[in-house]
Amino acid sequence: MELVRVERGTRASRIFAILAVPALAALVTLPWWGGAGDMRLIAEMAYFLALAQLWNLLAGYAGLVSVGQQAYVGLGAYALFYLTGVLNMNVYLALMITGPFAGLISIPVSFAVFRLRGAYFAVGTWVVAEVFALSASLIGVLGAGSGLSLTPAILRQISPDRATRDTILYLITLAVSVLVFAIVYLLLRSRHGLALTAIRDSEPASASLGVNTFRTKFIIYIVTAACTGLVGGLIFLQKLRVSPEAGFSINDWTVVVIFMVVIGGIGTLEGPFIGMLVFIILRELLADYGSYYLILMGIIAIAVMLKAPSGIWGWVALRYDLQLFPVGRRLALARLEEISGTAK
Amino acid sequence: MEWVNTIIQGILLGGIYALFAIGLSLSFGIMRLVNIAHGDLIVLSAYVALVVGQNTGLDPISSLVIVVPVMFALGYALQRGLLNSTLSGGLLPPLLVTFGISVIIQNGLLQGFGAYTHRLQVGAIETASVQLPGGIAVGVYPLLVFAVAVCAIASLQLLFYSTRLGRAFRAVSDDADTAELMGIDNRKLYAVALGIAMIFTAIAGILFAIRANFDPAAGPIRLILAFEAVIIGGLGSIWGTLLGGVVLGVSQAVGAALSPTWQILAGHIAFLIILILRPNGLFPRTRD
Repeated sequence: MELVRVERGTRASRIFAILAVPALAALVTLPWWGGAGDMRLIAEMAYFLALAQLWNLLAGYAGLVSVGQQAYVGLGAYALFYLTGVLNMNVYLALMITGPFAGLISIPVSFAVFRLRGAYFAVGTWVVAEVFALSASLIGVLGAGSGLSLTPAILRQISPDRATRDTILYLITLAVSVLVFAIVYLLLRSRHGLALTAIRDSEPASASLGVNTFRTKFIIYIVTAACTGLVGGLIFLQKLRVSPEAGFSINDWTVVVIFMVVIGGIGTLEGPFIGMLVFIILRELLADYGSYYLILMGIIAIAVMLKAPSGIWGWVALRYDLQLFPVGRRLALARLEEISGTAK
Repeated sequence: MEWVNTIIQGILLGGIYALFAIGLSLSFGIMRLVNIAHGDLIVLSAYVALVVGQNTGLDPISSLVIVVPVMFALGYALQRGLLNSTLSGGLLPPLLVTFGISVIIQNGLLQGFGAYTHRLQVGAIETASVQLPGGIAVGVYPLLVFAVAVCAIASLQLLFYSTRLGRAFRAVSDDADTAELMGIDNRKLYAVALGIAMIFTAIAGILFAIRANFDPAAGPIRLILAFEAVIIGGLGSIWGTLLGGVVLGVSQAVGAALSPTWQILAGHIAFLIILILRPNGLFPRTRD
């Protein structure tokens, strides 16, 4: 019996995994026991969570602080509306294309924005998103300034009955959110994840140890763009209408997402969950007071950044040594009885 | 002749962009701070001028007497109270804290003033123009704005290279730790630097608000324009900032001449092309 062994899962993570199964089952069966309002709220939480996980992967792990991810939300949305509305493609097929399409566009974009470092990268990605928004508002076939709508015929492809359609869209949203989380989680547990964590902690050090930092970041940028495009297509499939301002809105698709990640804990997988919950709770509580919830989110995010830069989850994890989604490995001491057993 | 006219209008337009960019360029040059709230601070200055005008009856230009000290104090306090503590912890804290400030200013203005557009009025000078040979008419106001931009850049040049304060700024910019060892109080100096950046921001805000409508959401695009001017000109280069503004103005004017809806897009595209061809800008000085 060895005194020390390397392990990945923790007791907390195993208990959490067991608890997560009934919780997820409850969410999947929600259409049969919850109301339409509950479904809308949970679907919204699911896609915000996906966006937050993706931004966290990009900024928290790869160090690519983009404030232009709304570019890919908008591209995904426009791709879906164009393929279904103008090219008469089947809506499910179109939805599956939104992701690869956004990923494809992100390749030439990365050539431009990867020339900028740090904060300049941030504003550079924003300029690119503006270029897409302005271009969409100039292209006639995309509805120019007023945008595109989904016709009833396209919606009937999903289901002619409204309640069934809502259920199907809700389940797809849930599935995409879980899929995005799984991609991020598995990516972080893979070789690339190790490289990413190393880059997060020190880029020069990881480069000197043989991590190809450019290639790793490039891959992450494209994977994130593709997933963001898919989520964007899905969001606007439920909103039924897309315009340049709505599709490429920095406030809706990037600002609140950044606040969620920062407040919850950047560079952790648990953080985006917590941040998303904080956001939804604040917004629902302050729903009658205009945009004060955004001001409050801004103040909390600043306070977190200055006083506890690792966010709510970072603080909890440090204090209670908790990890619900372990991506690293750690050393564990063998239990006392095991050691005494070998001594006999 | 029509193209000569377009280029001239573009150069003059560049004056306001250079003024937008000075504050951003200063805070980057001295403390390596990219202030995401910069555009919102420009718009905030315009609102301060609006309030001052409503309460004292001062015209927008005279209201600078009040707006400039107010913005200087705000810049000083922001740097002292919030931003100084973000400068040691890598890239994220300054970026996200200024991002938070940006959202707070925008939504604060929205709650306080509503989403209405406003404009500052200065009377006849807004529409006055002078005739150049060849039938080209140049607006007096854009010409004045351009002159202010050139004076602002020249005064910064003077500040940086002919005063004790300027020497301290250059020292801190070159090597903050050594400067501190030599007896400079970096934290105080940074606060003064953002204060000075805010003086130019206040001037830019008021001059812009005389020429165009503004509303609480007008900030982000000003930040982007300022940022493009800074990058085109080259990080940390004072005169490069003016040139960056001019390049941006001319590209927009040419775009607008092709089709009015193309103005802003043409500027963005010019920026991206320059970024790909010359990532360090036309006159790079500071390396980050």
